[in-house]
Amino acid sequence: MLPVTPELALLASLVLPILGMFGIMLADRAPNAREAVTLTTAVLTFLCVLTVFTAVSGGARPGFTLLTMLPGLTLSFEVEPLGALFGLIASGLWIVNSLYSIGYMRGNAEKGQTRFYMAFAVAISAALGIAFAANLLTFFVFYEVLTLSTFPLVAHKRDAKARAGSRIYLGILIGTSIGFLLPAIIWTYVLTGTTEFALGGILLGAPDLRGGLVVILLGLFAFGIGKAALMPFHPWLPNAMVAPTPVSAFLHAVAVVKAGVFGILKVVLYVFGTDYLTQTGASDIFVFIAAASILIASAIAMTQDNLKARLAYSTVSQLSYVTLGAMLANDLGILGGATQIAAHALGKMTLFMCAGAIYTAAHHSLISEMRGTGRAMPWTWTAYVIGACSIIGLPPMAGSWPKLFLMLGALEGASAWILGVLILSSLMNIVYLLAPAVRAFMDEGPAGRGAGSVAVREAPLFCVIPAWITAIGTILLFFFMGPLVEFLRPLLGAS
Amino acid sequence: MSLLDHLPVLPVVVPLVAAPVCVLLPKGRAPWLFSTLITWICFALSAALLGVVLQEGTLTYYLGGWAAPLGIVYRIDLAGAIVMALVSGMAALVFPYARSSVEYEIGNAQSSAFYGAFLICMTGLLGVVATGDAFNVFVFLEISSLSTYALVAMGAKQDRRALTAAFTYLVLGTIGATFFVIGLGLLYQMTGTLNMLDLHERLAGQDNKVVRAAFAFIVTGLGLKLAMFPLHRWLPDAYTFAPSAVTAFLASTATKVAVYAMLRFMFTVFGFSTPFTEVAFAFFLILGLAGMFFASFVAVFRDDVKQMLAFSSVAQIGYMLLGISFATEAGVAAALTHVFNHALMKAALFMAVGAVFYAVGSHRLADYRGMGRRMPFTAACFLIAGLSLVGVPLTAGFVSKFVLIRAAFDATLVVPSLLIVLLIVASSLLAVAYIGRVAYEMFLADPEPDVPPLRVPMTMLVPMGLVTAANVYVGLDGEAVVSVATRAAESLLALSFGGGAF
Repeated sequence: MLPVTPELALLASLVLPILGMFGIMLADRAPNAREAVTLTTAVLTFLCVLTVFTAVSGGARPGFTLLTMLPGLTLSFEVEPLGALFGLIASGLWIVNSLYSIGYMRGNAEKGQTRFYMAFAVAISAALGIAFAANLLTFFVFYEVLTLSTFPLVAHKRDAKARAGSRIYLGILIGTSIGFLLPAIIWTYVLTGTTEFALGGILLGAPDLRGGLVVILLGLFAFGIGKAALMPFHPWLPNAMVAPTPVSAFLHAVAVVKAGVFGILKVVLYVFGTDYLTQTGASDIFVFIAAASILIASAIAMTQDNLKARLAYSTVSQLSYVTLGAMLANDLGILGGATQIAAHALGKMTLFMCAGAIYTAAHHSLISEMRGTGRAMPWTWTAYVIGACSIIGLPPMAGSWPKLFLMLGALEGASAWILGVLILSSLMNIVYLLAPAVRAFMDEGPAGRGAGSVAVREAPLFCVIPAWITAIGTILLFFFMGPLVEFLRPLLGAS
Repeated sequence: MSLLDHLPVLPVVVPLVAAPVCVLLPKGRAPWLFSTLITWICFALSAALLGVVLQEGTLTYYLGGWAAPLGIVYRIDLAGAIVMALVSGMAALVFPYARSSVEYEIGNAQSSAFYGAFLICMTGLLGVVATGDAFNVFVFLEISSLSTYALVAMGAKQDRRALTAAFTYLVLGTIGATFFVIGLGLLYQMTGTLNMLDLHERLAGQDNKVVRAAFAFIVTGLGLKLAMFPLHRWLPDAYTFAPSAVTAFLASTATKVAVYAMLRFMFTVFGFSTPFTEVAFAFFLILGLAGMFFASFVAVFRDDVKQMLAFSSVAQIGYMLLGISFATEAGVAAALTHVFNHALMKAALFMAVGAVFYAVGSHRLADYRGMGRRMPFTAACFLIAGLSLVGVPLTAGFVSKFVLIRAAFDATLVVPSLLIVLLIVASSLLAVAYIGRVAYEMFLADPEPDVPPLRVPMTMLVPMGLVTAANVYVGLDGEAVVSVATRAAESLLALSFGGGAF
């Protein structure tokens, strides 16, 4: 908590990371000073967001307009509970991730670390801009900034694989956003004369929108926000795994992908309105697409031997939980989606950080190579198991709540078949997430492989501690779900 | 009459008189200094003219005091005033830029001829816009075209292919001019006048074979001049091999002026609804879309950055034709907005390309590697202008695209609006691809180790920076451009179709 007005804290949270970026640039030659700048910026930004968050939980809606491009097209910010939650998660986990980055980047002696931290800072600013956007245009602007600023991170290694992966990353994200999202935004503007988010939707008063067109518009949004990785526009996510693990951990478990599903929730709540969707039934088809996305991605995840690729497909699947919740278009679905953003962020980040820790310690990235490493790296693998259990949805981990809400939401929406989908997906989660841990703990290591094998030791502290912070976070969130639901209350019923 | 009363004609007369003087000046820096000064005077005059037109509305000026049917009338409406300000403003920026660029690419031995031709070219472009006489349009169009052929050919010092490019341009440009003048002849035969306003009055309601033929000849002739797909054949080579400063100027003005002439003929000379004009609009729609895709697609696979941008110009003209094809006020306003904004982005891009050429003597994509580090300012300008070309928010290009897409949603067309919108954005994605290739080489590809930073004179960097800044400024506050363009579209359409959309 900082002794400033929420508006100022809001502005500061957007500007601070950019200032931090310049600081990082200046401290190029002094790694310790550079990392100190990153951490200080991260902590200050988090405090600013926390100030905003507290104000929002008190019922305030801080906001301001930065500039007006054309009448009705402004760059402006207004924080509501969903955005405050996303902002808090993103800025809070940036601190954890910065610690982890230090361990990982130094542990692996990566090149171009200054550029790495700079791009990271810009990405955070963009993620916060997305969280706090007051209208679709502002959302779009920061959405693109996030894509562009993360591109150097994905392409970090600069080898042929990184080039190919980053090209797909950029191609799909820019392609869907300009190809679908931008027309959707302008169409919304033409229909309603505004792009401002308003709880309950702004399309109700648009008479020109008939039957099939609503579905098309919703489709443009759902696929246009490519960061939500709704199938078939998901391949950017597995391809982004060529990035260093901190990038995967943070951007592709927290900031980027969550910006996507956050956007979908926001569009459903603030552009269409759940009532409008229920009336028109426009979202029904997307329930099916999301359900299919959940199952297919889980199935693909089971076939992956590369741990990060497996986690990536798991993310595709888990993101569709949020989309599913949004498209159910009822209070419980929305609640499920919103809490899934928080729960999955903590759980998946734990898993990615563990994967990175294993890579740093043992240079294993294939699951088949990890047999027996559990005994050498008990801390890492225990954190992994906690994260995995959260994703699967076992109490007392946070991941169990969203699944409960989604199931209840599905029953309310009289689509009981979704229960089957969720249960099936959880079963697959158990198979593909716990199997590596079981092999790590139970199997014999590859003993007697010859002189080439290196003794595996526990990963550096900077890698293990952050993983434990988030792992403990998933457990804490399980017990603090009540306050979180209370915080999100304004989103419900009103629409 | 005070000098101010002659304001409508001054921006055309001043460079016309200055050009021969320029040719007589000794070789070296003097022609450059003189012609730059002239362009600045011209810009000041055009800006003053724009101010007057904004306040008082359309201006009419009788050349030599002769009244309309006998003499030549200059008629400057808001749309014309904007285009004149644009042309002279671009000249005022490109001429300072030209100093080092031309010294490097052509040498000072030809400088008096070069700047003389450059001034003539500008005269022609301004004249096309200012005049209210149909035959005068032809005269000025040829003045600008003939000087352009010479200017393009001057690129031969760097690459002999400039000669064939200039020759192709000469042949096709002349065919276009011939078509245009045949059309005018037919109109004169029908109506006995060449004054645009009179033409409009006498043509109103006429729909016979002669008028149709005249219409077809004029549209095709102007289509050649503005490089409407598939009549664009001359443009990529001419832009690629012309000296950088010439390309920057032509890309931002020449085709724009032709677009303006097309608007004048479509809406203020013909400007009535017949089945025939509707066919023309349908053709514009199809050709505009085809150009957007074909040319962008070709651009993606070019390894010569200048050529890539030249093809992109053909594609961008497609957007303008698309706006015109909606035949609504919003559509024409979108076309005019894009005329203005595209001039800003292409000028910045071609200036950046010229700066790189000045530094490394090449346009090849491979030579752009590591430019983000070697020429950070130029590379940043290229990137910003490139983003503007793509249509990223906070740049001028976004304003263009937004207005165009809004117009597309509002227009009643044969094809569903949504489909057109999706095609518009799909073609912007192709722009992402080709701009992305250059950006990748400049900023992300591994630079060759130990290459020294490259220096470019301030006379090149400052104009480039100003145009780039203008891109961002329009993106931040697009209201000024859009509202003026909308008013301009109103004044263009006021005469036609019963004063609005049909």
